[in-house]
Amino acid sequence: MSAVIETHDHDDHHHGPAEGLTRWLYTTNHKDIGTLYLWFSFAMFLIGGAMAMVIRAELFQPGMQIVEPEFYNQMLTLHGLIMVFGAVMPAFVGLANWLIPMMVGAPDMALPRMNNLSFWILPVAFFILLSSLFMEGGAPNFGWTFYAPLSTTYAPPSVTFFIFSVHIMGASSIMGSINVIVTIMNMRAPGMTLMKMPLFVWSWLITAYLLIAVMPVLAGAVTMMLMDIHFGTSFFNAAGGGDPVLFQHIFWFFGHPEVYIMILPAFGITSHIIETFSRKQLFGHTSMVWAMTSIAILSFVVWAHHMFTVGLPLAAELFFMWATMLIAVPTGVKVFNWVTTMFKGSITYETPMLFAIAFVVLFTIGGFSGLMLAITPADFQYHDTYFVVAHFHYVLVPGAIFSIMAAVYYWIPKWTGNMYDERLGRLHFWLSFIGVNVTFFPQHWIGLAGMPRRVPDYALQFADWNMVSSVGAFLFGASQILFLFIVIKTVMGGKKATPEVWEGARGLEWTVDSPAPYHTFSTPPKVS
Amino acid sequence: MNEGSKKTIKLLCFSVLGMFTFSFALVPLYDVFCEVTGLNGKIELEATTNQNLETEIGRDVSIQFVSHNNEQMPWIFRPSESQIKIQTGKYHTATFYVKNPTNKRMIAQAIPSVAPSNAASHLKKLECFCFEEQELAPGEEALLPVRLIFDDELPDSIKSVVLSYTIFDVTDYNDLEMTDHHDGHEMEASL
Repeated sequence: MSAVIETHDHDDHHHGPAEGLTRWLYTTNHKDIGTLYLWFSFAMFLIGGAMAMVIRAELFQPGMQIVEPEFYNQMLTLHGLIMVFGAVMPAFVGLANWLIPMMVGAPDMALPRMNNLSFWILPVAFFILLSSLFMEGGAPNFGWTFYAPLSTTYAPPSVTFFIFSVHIMGASSIMGSINVIVTIMNMRAPGMTLMKMPLFVWSWLITAYLLIAVMPVLAGAVTMMLMDIHFGTSFFNAAGGGDPVLFQHIFWFFGHPEVYIMILPAFGITSHIIETFSRKQLFGHTSMVWAMTSIAILSFVVWAHHMFTVGLPLAAELFFMWATMLIAVPTGVKVFNWVTTMFKGSITYETPMLFAIAFVVLFTIGGFSGLMLAITPADFQYHDTYFVVAHFHYVLVPGAIFSIMAAVYYWIPKWTGNMYDERLGRLHFWLSFIGVNVTFFPQHWIGLAGMPRRVPDYALQFADWNMVSSVGAFLFGASQILFLFIVIKTVMGGKKATPEVWEGARGLEWTVDSPAPYHTFSTPPKVS
Repeated sequence: MNEGSKKTIKLLCFSVLGMFTFSFALVPLYDVFCEVTGLNGKIELEATTNQNLETEIGRDVSIQFVSHNNEQMPWIFRPSESQIKIQTGKYHTATFYVKNPTNKRMIAQAIPSVAPSNAASHLKKLECFCFEEQELAPGEEALLPVRLIFDDELPDSIKSVVLSYTIFDVTDYNDLEMTDHHDGHEMEASL
C-alpha cells in the first residue's frame, strides 16, 4: 500500500516538463513533439528557401551569372526535396501532434515513444541529405522526381545517401501516420462520433491513410533504384529488360497521393479559421468530409496525368484526363462551402483569416491551372514548362504554406499563452501575399510562351518576367525573416491570451487554458 | 493500451507491408499489362512457340527497320534494308549489319520496340538476334538475322509498321579491366 502512495508522490513531481536539453531528446509529450516538428520544419523552410533564392538569383538575368549549371541542378533538387519532405510534411505532422489529442479530448498520442522516434530520425535523414552537398560529385541533381535513368545510370555517387535518407523520411512518416490513425480511431472523448470530429482531425485521418498507402511505394521505388545501382538488377534499365517508364508509373503512383497529402490538412485548417472569423457555423461539415474522402480516393487513379507525353495509348490519356477533371468536383464543393460560410458572416480580418482567405483565392487559381494541365492535348504544349512550375507553386506556397502560416497565427496563442503582434502579422501577410503573386504569376506567362523548367539559363525574350519573378521571390524570402521574428517575439512574451483566444472559436482546444497545460484531458471531456 | 488500439496498429502495419510488396508487384504487373495490351510497343523476347502462324498469304504490309545505339555504344549497327514489303501469314527474314570497330571484345544486347503499339502483339519472331546477347571480337563484323511473321489478325488500319532495335553495351568492364591490368603486369615482368 505504502509503495503505491510513494509512486503516486513521485509522479506528482513530474507533471511539468523535464529540465534542460534532455527534455526535448527524451520527450514523449505530444505538445513537445509538436513543437519540435514545427521548429524543425521552420528551419527546413528557411534552408529550402535559401536554395530557392540561389535559383532565383541565377535566373535574375539570362546567361550564367552566379552558379555553375551542375550546382544549379543540385539546388533545384534539394529545394524540392527539402520543401516537400522537410518543410510542408513535418509542419503538418507538428500541427497534428499539437492539435489532434486536444481536439479529440485525448491525453496524448496513442504511441508516445514511437512519436519521439518518428521525430528524431527526421533530423538524421536531412543531415544525410544535406551532407551530400559536400560529397565528391555533389548532391543529387536529378530533380525532386528523381526519374531513372537520371537517378540511376547518370546519378552522382551521393545518390545512395539520398536513397537512405528517403527511406528514413518514409519510416518517420509511416510511424507518424500510424500514431495519428490509432489516436483518432481509439482515443476520442466519449460522445465524439466520427461525424462530430473537427475537420482538421478528419483531414489528418484521411491524410494518414494516404501516407500508409503510398509511403511504402516510395520506399519500394528507391529500393529498386538502390538495387539497380548496386546489385546489378535492371528494374529501370532497358538493356537488362527493364523500363524507365515503369519508374515514372511507380513514382507518380506515390507522387499524386503525395501532393494531396500536402494539401488535405490545409483544407482542415482553413475550415476552422474561416468558421471562427466568420462567426458562423461552417457550412456543409458532412459534405466537407465526403469531399476530402473522394479527393483521396480519386488521387489513386490520376497518376499518369504527370506523364501524358511518355507515349500513353489514347484510351489511357482519355481516362486520366477525365479522372483528373473529376477531382475538380469535390474541390469545388469545398471552395463553395468556404465561400458560403463567409457569406453574411460577421467577418473580421485578423492575420489567420487573411491567410485563410488568400488560401481560398490563390489555391483556386492553382486549381484552375491544374484543370488546364489536365487537358491532354494542352498538356503536350505545357508539359515541362514554367506553366507547370507556376501551377504547383500556386497550390503549394499560397496553398499548403499559407495554411500552415495561418495555423501558426491562429493557434500560437494557445501554444505560448501570448498573442502575436497583430500589426506585424498583417505586415507579414501583405508582404508574403504580394511576394508570392509577383513571383509566381508571371511564370504562367513565360511558361505559356515556352520557357522550359529546370534550366539555369533561358532565351532573351523571357528576361523581363524572370527579373520580375526574382524580385518577387526576394521579397517573399525576406518577409519570412519577419515571420521568424514574429514567432520568436510571441514565444518571448506579449499580451496574455484568454483560454478562448478568438471570439466564437469552436472546439475542445479552446476550453483549456492558454498556454495549454503540459497535460490536458487526463480525464476525457464529455462531448454532447 | 486497449485492445482496439492494438488491433488498429496490427492492421496498419500489415497495410504498410502489403503496400511495400505491392510496389514490387507493380513490376511484373506492368510487364503483363504491356504484353497483354501490346502497349509500349513491347514484344516478347523469346521465339514464338506457335507453329501454325503460316497461313494463306494475306495482304501487303510495309515494314520499316530502325536502329539506335544507346548512349556511347560504339558499334556500327544498321538494317541491311531500311524498308521491305511483306505479306501477313508468311515468314520473312531481314538482316542487320553490325560491326565492333573498337579494339576490345564487347557484348551487346538489342531491345526491340514496335510502333504503332497495337501491332506489337501481331508481330511474331521465330528467330531473332535480340533473343540473346551478341559478342564481337575487336574489328569483327556480322549480319544478324531476324525471322518474323505478321499473323492474320493484324488490324486492317495498319499499313506500315516500324520495328526498331536499340543496341545496348552490356560488356562487364570490371572483368575486362581486371584482365587488362593483369596483362600489363605480365608485360612488365617480361620486360
